Amino acid sequence: MTKIEITVNGARHSREVEDRTLLVDLLRDQLGLTGTHVGCDTSQCGCCTVHVNGRALKSCTMLAVQANGAEVVTIEGMAQGGKLHPVQQAFTDCHALQCGFCTPGMIMAVTALLRDNPHPSDEEIYHGLEGNLCRCTGYINIVKAVKQVAQTPR
Amino acid sequence: MFEFKYLQAKTLSEAGAFVAANPDAKLLAGGMTLIPTLKQRLAQPSHLVDIGGLPELQGIEVKDGRLVLGAATRHQEVAASPVVGKALPALAYLAAQIGDPQVRNRGTIGGSVANNDPAADYPAAVLALGATIVTTRREIAADDFFQGMFSTALEEGEIIVRLSFPLPQRAAYMKFPHPASGYAMTGVFVAETKTGIRVAVTGAGPGVFRWSDAESALAKKLHPAALDALAVAADDLNEDIHATREYRANLVKVMAKRAVQKLLEN
Repeated sequence: MTKIEITVNGARHSREVEDRTLLVDLLRDQLGLTGTHVGCDTSQCGCCTVHVNGRALKSCTMLAVQANGAEVVTIEGMAQGGKLHPVQQAFTDCHALQCGFCTPGMIMAVTALLRDNPHPSDEEIYHGLEGNLCRCTGYINIVKAVKQVAQTPR
Repeated sequence: MFEFKYLQAKTLSEAGAFVAANPDAKLLAGGMTLIPTLKQRLAQPSHLVDIGGLPELQGIEVKDGRLVLGAATRHQEVAASPVVGKALPALAYLAAQIGDPQVRNRGTIGGSVANNDPAADYPAAVLALGATIVTTRREIAADDFFQGMFSTALEEGEIIVRLSFPLPQRAAYMKFPHPASGYAMTGVFVAETKTGIRVAVTGAGPGVFRWSDAESALAKKLHPAALDALAVAADDLNEDIHATREYRANLVKVMAKRAVQKLLEN
């Protein structure tokens, strides 16, 4: 067991974890943040995408102990003061989801993509979302949502 | 995963000594191969020694005609670095094609090279550019480093510190990615270096290799058509559910021609 300190969505937590605990299991099982999903559990599907120190990564392929001292943001930390994050709002407006299972990871990946590249081309959106699988939408409305955010003046 | 003990290394020498003294300990940096391997219970290390954050393994700089990258430099950092983009754009391009954005935010160049996955991208660049692998013990030439599937010249407890790439006149990388995993079904890196044309192939064989027939042909005429008359022997290539060895043999030629075309356009 190792004691770690971790900041999740602005709140500091101190936890004893088994060294082999995955970050996603810490988030879901110990902190109760079940918005981060486990899809494939093999770092393919991207459902478990969260931000660690500002970068998107797959929380099923990182140990909780590796996040010791880190700032983590999950889907629960996106809406502020009852107002959806612009990426969440765009997904709603564009009907960029059907079953919704991939959506938390998609939102986190899209937010990170737009942070690096605020005005991506279609090709750059496809390439930028290669780490996230959606089995419902065919991606058309997801790409539409990304463009809506990119075109909205902020 | 089986149980293990996680240790965060404070220094490189401490990590090297620990791994040398504990044969079942493994080094961890980005973990993009190691953690999935552990999750499948394909390995059972006693300890994971995390070297990913060591300051000795960071840094991107051009010095004396060489691009030098710390071993823990993440793929995303290589892809986005203005220094790499200016000095060796083919390497920045290659880094941007690895896996997906989340993987590129974690995976490291040293980890990829030390793992020597037969379908990894970086080994092609390291071999084609004739890079030097600087370890905690010595400097190893790329031609001596890669020794077939998941096998390298690294000894127990020896850690890659940095990779030093002599800057080529021109270079280009083209790969045919597996559409789901992004791994190279075949990737070809062509470099016009001070010592001649070098062509390295990844993904097609049991390990990265130089295609010497292509190097001779391109030395005479640096043009995609110079490869038309060549045939790649399929016998020693990989065959799996994704492609036959004959298919991969053809891909080697096709990707090599595309890489030469791209090199000429640079």
